[in-house]
Amino acid sequence: MISRYESIIITTLCKLLIPVIQLYGLYVIMHGHSSPGGGFQGGVILGASFILLVISHGLDEVKKRMSEKLNTIFCSFGLLIYAGLGVLALIFGGNYLDYGHLPIPVTIAEARYLGILGIEIGVGITVMAVMISIFLDISSVGEQE
Amino acid sequence: MIWQLDLILLLFVVICGIAAISVKDLLSAVILLGLYSFLMCLLWTEMGAVDVAFTEASVGAGIGTVLYIAAVYKTTRRSKD
Repeated sequence: MISRYESIIITTLCKLLIPVIQLYGLYVIMHGHSSPGGGFQGGVILGASFILLVISHGLDEVKKRMSEKLNTIFCSFGLLIYAGLGVLALIFGGNYLDYGHLPIPVTIAEARYLGILGIEIGVGITVMAVMISIFLDISSVGEQE
Repeated sequence: MIWQLDLILLLFVVICGIAAISVKDLLSAVILLGLYSFLMCLLWTEMGAVDVAFTEASVGAGIGTVLYIAAVYKTTRRSKD
């Protein structure tokens, strides 16, 4: 275990900073297809906010909010969104990940817009869960669960 | 692209890289590697590759440094056996 240094400045500052970081991560994911950023970068920023929570508040605080089981579910759920959108386009007569054929009642251009947004969200969820999982495994060296 | 700025940034990148592999303390090497990542991020932004710079800043300087520090805390200089 990494022992943490008790300091009211660090605790308060991180409590204020973490929601802003998570909001910025969501912004990066949602605007990934029209500006720099995307699912991977936004997922890494979301994961970094949880790592900051581990550093400032200790491992148990994160285990309360994001247990290992929930983390594993997130990890495979994002992959399911990615592969599911691809296979859905395959079922409705397009190629794999051909968003123009997705069964949503909009024009083809808007369907492509929404399809890439879904892919970014899936990638973001998976990357966030994997980053948290790697850091928890390193910092606890398999002591818990 | 301003080649004078490119040259200065590249010089700092090389200095940081050589310092990171030649310093003896592991924690100092990790911090120097984070500095190297930030300088590469600046270089890529200056060259116009904003997406790559974003990835470098979040992965190389953010997550990478934290994971290295966590790994350094788990290791000792001499082995036990």
